[in-house]
Amino acid sequence: MADVATHAHANPAPMPVETDRMVAVRRRGAPAGLLIAAGLVALLVLLPLGFTVLQGVAFGWTNAVELLIRPLVGELLVNTLMIVVTATVASAVIGTAAAWFVERTLLPGHRVWGVLVVVPLAIPAFISSYAWVSLSLSLQDFAGAVLVIVSVYYPLVYLPVAAALRGMDPALEESARTLGCGPWGCFYRVILPQLRPALLGGMLLVALGVLSEFGAFTLLRFRTFTTEIYAEYRAGFDSSGASLLACVLIVLCLACLAAELKVRGGARYDRLDSGTRRGATRYPLGLARWPVLGALSALVVSTLGVPLGMIVYWLTQHAVAAVTPAEVSIDLLLSATASSIGLGLSGAILTTILALPLGFLLARYPGRLPNFLERTVFIAQGIPGIVIALAIVFLAIRLIQPLYQTASLLVIAYSILFLPLALVSVRAALLQAQPRLEDTARALGLNWLQVVWRVVLPLAGPGLGAAAAMVFIAIVTELTTTLLLAPIGTQTLATQVWVDTSTLAFAAAAPYAGLLVLISLASTWLLMSLFGKSAVLGSGQRQV
Amino acid sequence: MTELRVEGLGKTFGTHQVLQQVDITVASGSLMAILGPSGSGKTTLLRLLCGFERADQGSIRIGGRTVSSASTHVPPEQRAIGYVPQEGGLFPHLSVADNIAFGLSRRLRKIHYRVAELLELVGLPASYANRPPQELSGGQQQRVALARALAPAPALILLDEPFSALDAALRVETRQAVARALEAAGATAVLVTHDQSEALSMGHRVAVLWRGMVAQVASPAELYRLPATPELARFVGEAVTLDGVAHRGSVSCALGVLHLAGGMPEGPVQVLLRPEQLRLTPQHAHDAHTGARGKVLEVTYYGHDASVSLELLDSADYQVLNARVPGHMSPQPGAQLSVSVEGEVIAFAKARA
Repeated sequence: MADVATHAHANPAPMPVETDRMVAVRRRGAPAGLLIAAGLVALLVLLPLGFTVLQGVAFGWTNAVELLIRPLVGELLVNTLMIVVTATVASAVIGTAAAWFVERTLLPGHRVWGVLVVVPLAIPAFISSYAWVSLSLSLQDFAGAVLVIVSVYYPLVYLPVAAALRGMDPALEESARTLGCGPWGCFYRVILPQLRPALLGGMLLVALGVLSEFGAFTLLRFRTFTTEIYAEYRAGFDSSGASLLACVLIVLCLACLAAELKVRGGARYDRLDSGTRRGATRYPLGLARWPVLGALSALVVSTLGVPLGMIVYWLTQHAVAAVTPAEVSIDLLLSATASSIGLGLSGAILTTILALPLGFLLARYPGRLPNFLERTVFIAQGIPGIVIALAIVFLAIRLIQPLYQTASLLVIAYSILFLPLALVSVRAALLQAQPRLEDTARALGLNWLQVVWRVVLPLAGPGLGAAAAMVFIAIVTELTTTLLLAPIGTQTLATQVWVDTSTLAFAAAAPYAGLLVLISLASTWLLMSLFGKSAVLGSGQRQV
Repeated sequence: MTELRVEGLGKTFGTHQVLQQVDITVASGSLMAILGPSGSGKTTLLRLLCGFERADQGSIRIGGRTVSSASTHVPPEQRAIGYVPQEGGLFPHLSVADNIAFGLSRRLRKIHYRVAELLELVGLPASYANRPPQELSGGQQQRVALARALAPAPALILLDEPFSALDAALRVETRQAVARALEAAGATAVLVTHDQSEALSMGHRVAVLWRGMVAQVASPAELYRLPATPELARFVGEAVTLDGVAHRGSVSCALGVLHLAGGMPEGPVQVLLRPEQLRLTPQHAHDAHTGARGKVLEVTYYGHDASVSLELLDSADYQVLNARVPGHMSPQPGAQLSVSVEGEVIAFAKARA
């Protein structure tokens, strides 16, 4: 669970399984073929980032200054920073408060609330903003943007904080109480400091998510760097202007990463006890439970009720009821669904396969070089999807023209985008299949192929499946890259929602939005029930 | 002077009565060990003393102040107690010094009041003050936890199985350090444990908790020598039991006529002695004696001593005893030895069926 918090810093939690045998293997070093394969994958992931930076550098100093020092860039900077700070702080407060009440108080129905407050994570931000905009066009301003963004992103704080609260050793609070701390003193001096890494990790995820957000801001007509990068690109296929803005965005993302590292500082939080014997204590709420229940209800209504409610509302309306009337074509609905699922499946398979060499290297031959490769891959994850998509567009136009605007290139782009997401599960899955189990199987007379079939796959299979499923969900709900790279004439559910909402044809967008949310919720639920709750939490780090 | 007085304490979880009619008094400056098997309610008792749970019946007085009764429940932070939880419970985000000073006022915290002194008291070098607790071993963490509990000079220190997570060698060392520190601080302390040797070696007095009730309160030696019931005798240490007939301070049994200690029952009894009271000697040297004869069935050798299981040869029915002998005197299986008893034994009147 703590994974959500750690991965954002390109510093995933150390895996607990390390046998003597693995130490011996490490000394022997990884096979060259594996190293090369893993290195190539890491290079592929870094390619768009490197290309963008090169473009920015090639632009020249004076040109760059001229292009950056203008009122528009200033406005974008103010808008972007304001929404990032506001949304991050608001998500931190709401996420922490929700986590506290769900995990640590005798809240009536806390199990149900615990699920309800996480579900918004499965609803893409642009679907939420479609719902809110279709409710009232007056939401197309800063306040509206904050409302929509926070309603989608606060679970990124909730999840790690709730996990931290759940895992906290009750002996700490009890010790503090006997040392003279009242309930509030206990919260400020013991609980809050313990939550710091989880809280900061969650806030970092929110900040990076908001910096990368494109679809929701476009629909809300709120201008940030992402929307402007897209506009510049659309305006003239001008690579350099867009690349320069992208470089500014990259710097902002790296600044977030650095700020989080700095604020977190050198203090250590690793727990001292060998594990909780008792669950954390829950405090009685008394009469305060009514306002708390009211606030949680308001939260669920605005994060789930409105998006789902508005979709259902528009489904029941005749097409002309919307601002712009448009007919829904069954053919288009079917083909959009088919291409969403088709792209999702092929992307999931390719991404999981690409993650295998690096995952295997990390699981079996931990060392300096594999760790370095891993870190670079996770840094690439902090880069907004639009930057990566744009770089791939320009790269394709220049270098691999025949691939441009093909489904293959789109699938490759998805893989680059979601490889870090898959890598977490793939590595964990491969760690399940410990080398000594393979040795045992070999000693029992199985050949190499039989070992893979009868030992490795049964052990690592579920984890690999979880990785593929997470990538599938991420691709189906992805908008930016699909918009930029989809072959002409190919529509997915996501792009249809975007097109129809942009033209204010809300009723026409509803079936697409409904199907999209349905697929996302159903596959998340399936993933959770098949692989357990922890498998899904990786989705907290998908790029939007 | 009495520092802790518990009277008629009771606690029920749902329908399960965890503690009933518990009476314990602890004299100022002494260490009371509360010994009980798991499920005996000892942890609940400690949590009631700390104030983490509320008692259903009875009262608790600490240093002359009632902290728990039918009408009062003083919250933990106002009880002036020091609590050392099972694995130390050090705050992972604070240095050793900040941990120790945690319970002091803000002003005293700033100057790390008495930190060096307390570190010395628990036997740790002053240079540890700035270390993060993660860099300490389990035993060192326990010592810091004790220093933290002692810092605000509480009326009572409560230790919850503080050594159970440590490995054997470290446990003995940490036990001694903690006992010395408590002694030096003149602290009144209650130690909860399921480990007999811990209770016997650390407690000035030991209270045995049995199914939610206090079965016996005694000094360690008295508890071991004169346990109140056969069950307690076996819980406190290994025991050898034989049938016998008691008469006027002696009991005759398969091992001969033995002297009784403690209560003086008459008639059929269960005789109880400790394995280390059995003396095994080569038969020829003791031909003249009336000692019983035994044949060695099995020897488990531990190095410093050995556990010998013997069959009594002259007994009417098949009798097997376990004796404990010094390692260098361990016999061979099959050897025939003469068996005698050293010291007094105890007897419990047989319940008439």
